[in-house]
Amino acid sequence: MRWKTAEYKGWGRVLSARGDTARPERLATLKALWKETKAPAIGNLRSYGDAALNDGGKAIDMTRLDRLIAFDPDTGILEAEAGITIGEIARIFAPKGWIPTVLPGTGFATLGGCISNDVHGKNHKAGSFGQHVISFDLLGANGRVRKVTPDATPELFRATCGGIGQTGVILSAKIQLASIGSEVMDVRETRVENLTEFMALLDGSTAPYCVGWIDATAKGEHLGRGILEEGSVAYNAPPPKPKSAKSVPMNAPRFFLSSPIVRLFNQLYLRRIPVMGQRRIRAMQDFFFPLDKVLNWNRLYGKPGFHQFQCALPDGTAHEALVRMMDMIASSHLASPLTVLKRMGTGRAGMMSFPMGGYSFALDFPNGKAVAGLVGELEEITLQAGGRIYLAKDTLATPEMIAAMYDELPEFIAAVNAADPEHKFATDMVRRLNLRGTGK
Amino acid sequence: MKQTWLILGASSAMARGFARRVSETGADVFLAGRDMDDLNRAAADCHLRGAPLAEAMRFDARKPAGFGAIYEKLAAQDGALNVAVFVGSMPDQADIDKDPALVDATIMDSFTGPARFLQGFVPLMEERGCGTVVGIASVAGDRGRIGNYVYGAAKAGFATYLSGLRNRLTRVGGHVVTVKPGFVDTAMTWGLPGMFLVASPDDVARDIQKAVSKKKNTIYTPFFWRYIMLIITHIPEMIFKKMSI
Ligand SMILES: Cc1cc2nc3c(=O)[nH]c(=O)nc-3n(C[C@H](O)[C@H](O)[C@H](O)COP(=O)(O)OP(=O)(O)OC[C@H]3O[C@@H](n4cnc5c(N)ncnc54)[C@H](O)[C@@H]3O)c2cc1C
Ligand SMILES: NC(=O)c1ccc[n+]([C@@H]2O[C@H](COP(=O)([O-])OP(=O)(O)OC[C@H]3O[C@@H](n4cnc5c(N)ncnc54)[C@H](OP(=O)(O)O)[C@@H]3O)[C@@H](O)[C@H]2O)c1
Repeated sequence: MRWKTAEYKGWGRVLSARGDTARPERLATLKALWKETKAPAIGNLRSYGDAALNDGGKAIDMTRLDRLIAFDPDTGILEAEAGITIGEIARIFAPKGWIPTVLPGTGFATLGGCISNDVHGKNHKAGSFGQHVISFDLLGANGRVRKVTPDATPELFRATCGGIGQTGVILSAKIQLASIGSEVMDVRETRVENLTEFMALLDGSTAPYCVGWIDATAKGEHLGRGILEEGSVAYNAPPPKPKSAKSVPMNAPRFFLSSPIVRLFNQLYLRRIPVMGQRRIRAMQDFFFPLDKVLNWNRLYGKPGFHQFQCALPDGTAHEALVRMMDMIASSHLASPLTVLKRMGTGRAGMMSFPMGGYSFALDFPNGKAVAGLVGELEEITLQAGGRIYLAKDTLATPEMIAAMYDELPEFIAAVNAADPEHKFATDMVRRLNLRGTGK
Repeated sequence: MKQTWLILGASSAMARGFARRVSETGADVFLAGRDMDDLNRAAADCHLRGAPLAEAMRFDARKPAGFGAIYEKLAAQDGALNVAVFVGSMPDQADIDKDPALVDATIMDSFTGPARFLQGFVPLMEERGCGTVVGIASVAGDRGRIGNYVYGAAKAGFATYLSGLRNRLTRVGGHVVTVKPGFVDTAMTWGLPGMFLVASPDDVARDIQKAVSKKKNTIYTPFFWRYIMLIITHIPEMIFKKMSI
């Protein structure tokens, strides 16, 4: 297998790596190269920071190992190779009445990537992605393929779900799909005036899928205003044609996401929804993966890229922490239009999984000097509130911060160091955040 | 009418994209090549995507003794028989320069092997008076260049063969599509220096599918390679022979 030497970046395009990547198109190629080289797997590079980067080292791009292996229409159990995207699974199986039980906000994430970050969706009650994984085949540092299940090999299972690739290469996985009555979503959008109302509405919503968009530029009595989007499956509605994808052809200029433009955009976006709220019938993928309609939307942030901050906050402290955060963000004039507040379920499948019962708050910041300071403060508030930040999104955290937020880090370190004693699967993120316990 | 697609060189990423697309239209697919483990996986994938029947078969372009079994299998299918040839190999020109035996191998994989297979297969299509042959040639076959002229020659030979075959099949209601891809992002080109305007294999597969349904004769994919090659083929030889592109 030839190796390609090139620069590659996380989705936020702030962090990049230069290294050799192999992209096996079949299992035999991967197994042959594994005899010589063990390296971390990477998926579709939809993690924002350095979770999938290995600067100066090697990596295995899994996106071409993307075949369906087996499906049982009676139980909805699907087995597929790890490089298939979650959007492709949804596209193929939704017409047959099934979708992945947990869907992240982008259909471009791979099955392996979804397990490795134990992703969550807009349906917090369903828990995390890993909770619907029945088993996976893991190619380990010792060269052997093991079938890993939550019951027979709980340590390895829990170190792999949310374990950002540190136990080896997930070759394929068996997952439980959720049955769905139609491919059409009935979406209710409601204008929300402030944070207190928002949290109450999220809390009280009975819709299976629920997500909040926040105008992060608003302050004072409008702090935390936005739009609540509640989705449920629509029956007997004619399926609307999904919107076709457009691409951002080049890096946007700097002023594009400057503070006055974002404020203006947010106000217009909010007014899009009538005061009484509105209901729309939408194609499933438009509801679950709205940003996928604009390919390379990360270029809107221009060449310097952007950071995303995402935290989970427990119920008891979330309101106070969010008020402080939103205040700080609105005053900083650094916010972008992409700000999301969701309810978060307690479900988590791994030692380093992000979810916790409470709320999740996420927003983007165009890269710039002031961002690190602001994000540092947001992380501090998160920590004080007993919350944690999401590794899939992180570019700026410190080892101390992560150790304080993730109780099970010591167990994780022990499990992955046992599975990979020579640290063949270490990545830039693992080194930056000392996730293997070796010091800097 | 029921459609069956035989895909030769089915482990190629372009072939995978094409096989998936025809599977979604409900055609039966036979996936032929050398890596049986991979082909069996591909068959399961195609079946789950909609092919009522998806089967892996052994095919080596250098071993015509095995062709008969494939003809027999396909002859037993009802409806229209179609075949798409993705087989080809492109060793480094420097390696060929060192080992002239690679000339034979390259030409056998990319031209004479598939041509010989098709000679035996086409009568089955003629009997039924329908069906399409898709042949993957290459822009490399439009003009010999220092970097890959043996591969280019094989593809040029194959393209000429396909044009003759089109002439023959048209008379009985069949059709032949010659596909000339530019650079495609596959195992063949992964990590090679000097790649530009690289297309995804699935985009190529989509173009091929469109060309089949519209009965195109020769397509370049992506389309702009037609113009790039128009320029390249019009550079006077006096100048071209000194260039290294
Ligand atoms: C627009 C957008 C919306 C998003 N919305 C959500 C959301 O709602 N919820 C959520 O939880 N996340 C969300 N994410 C984050 C995204 O789902 C995760 O980052 C996911 O892991 C990306 O998958 P990937 O295939 O791109 O993996 P990559 O980013 O390439 O890799 C992620 C990690 O997985 C490991 N990995 C990948 N494949 C394998 C494998 N086969 N074997 C072993 N390890 C592997 C890598 O080593 C790396 O550590 C979003 C991202 C974007 C861009
Ligand atoms: N990639 C490009 O930029 C590009 C551009 C123009 C044209 N093409 C052509 O497109 C086609 C597909 O190529 P690709 O890019 O997808 O590369 P690829 O993965 O190397 O595909 C070539 C396929 O041909 C098969 N093959 C080679 N020799 C064979 C033989 N003797 N018998 C049986 N099968 C044989 C290989 O089978 P195994 O699996 O057994 O190895 C492989 O599956 C090729 O004809 C290639 O020449 C490619």
